[in-house]
Amino acid sequence: MRSRRLLLALLLAATALVSGCATTTARVQPWERATLTDYTMRPDRDPLALALAEHVYFSRESATGGRGVGGSGCGCN
Amino acid sequence: MRSVFFFALVLTLTASAARADIKVGDVFPALATAGLTGGTVPATEGKILVVDFWASWCAPCKASFPALGKINADYASRGVVLVGVSVDEKASAYAAFVKKQAPPFPALHDAAQQLVRAVVVPAMPTTYIIGRDGKVRSIHAGYHGATTDQLLRTELDALLAEKP
Repeated sequence: MRSRRLLLALLLAATALVSGCATTTARVQPWERATLTDYTMRPDRDPLALALAEHVYFSRESATGGRGVGGSGCGCN
Repeated sequence: MRSVFFFALVLTLTASAARADIKVGDVFPALATAGLTGGTVPATEGKILVVDFWASWCAPCKASFPALGKINADYASRGVVLVGVSVDEKASAYAAFVKKQAPPFPALHDAAQQLVRAVVVPAMPTTYIIGRDGKVRSIHAGYHGATTDQLLRTELDALLAEKP
């Protein structure tokens, strides 16, 4: 009986800890995206490096595109 | 043992509690007590309030300022108060943007991000239209040029047509 209660308490505590990841506090909020607009965060700042990366992605994974970010890079809109 | 159980129960309930954000119909937080800096909070009692959350690093926000300036010019004399609220973390970025753009409406700074955390804007920029009763009438997430401009004007005209 005592072990069952302890197990239940531990289960509740674990649920609480995991559910914290599902709340909005774990996400980057729209007003916190200033760093995303920094020049160093632009994936296309180096054309040569971008071309090399695109070639690797296509060669290894047959993957192309899908790298666009809306709203000036910060996902504003 | 019982204390551990109740502690775990309380932790579960509080951790999973969702943070409330402002929706249409909710009362908008008072600007006067939101800790805004960079200017005087205008009087809004009995007036229609338009609150626009912006940031200096947000390109659509920059694009929206001229349109908001025109809306302010057209509607200020009709009982509409437009306030811009910056969520910039750096005061210098906020000041430089305001100096360059020179908006004709109050552009205040939510330096501690107290107001924006209470409102929980869905995107940047987001414009809230608040009625004379202090309740949110509409929320416009993002800025989409003439479409957003026309929507704002249509809604303001409708609110102005309502009896106070």
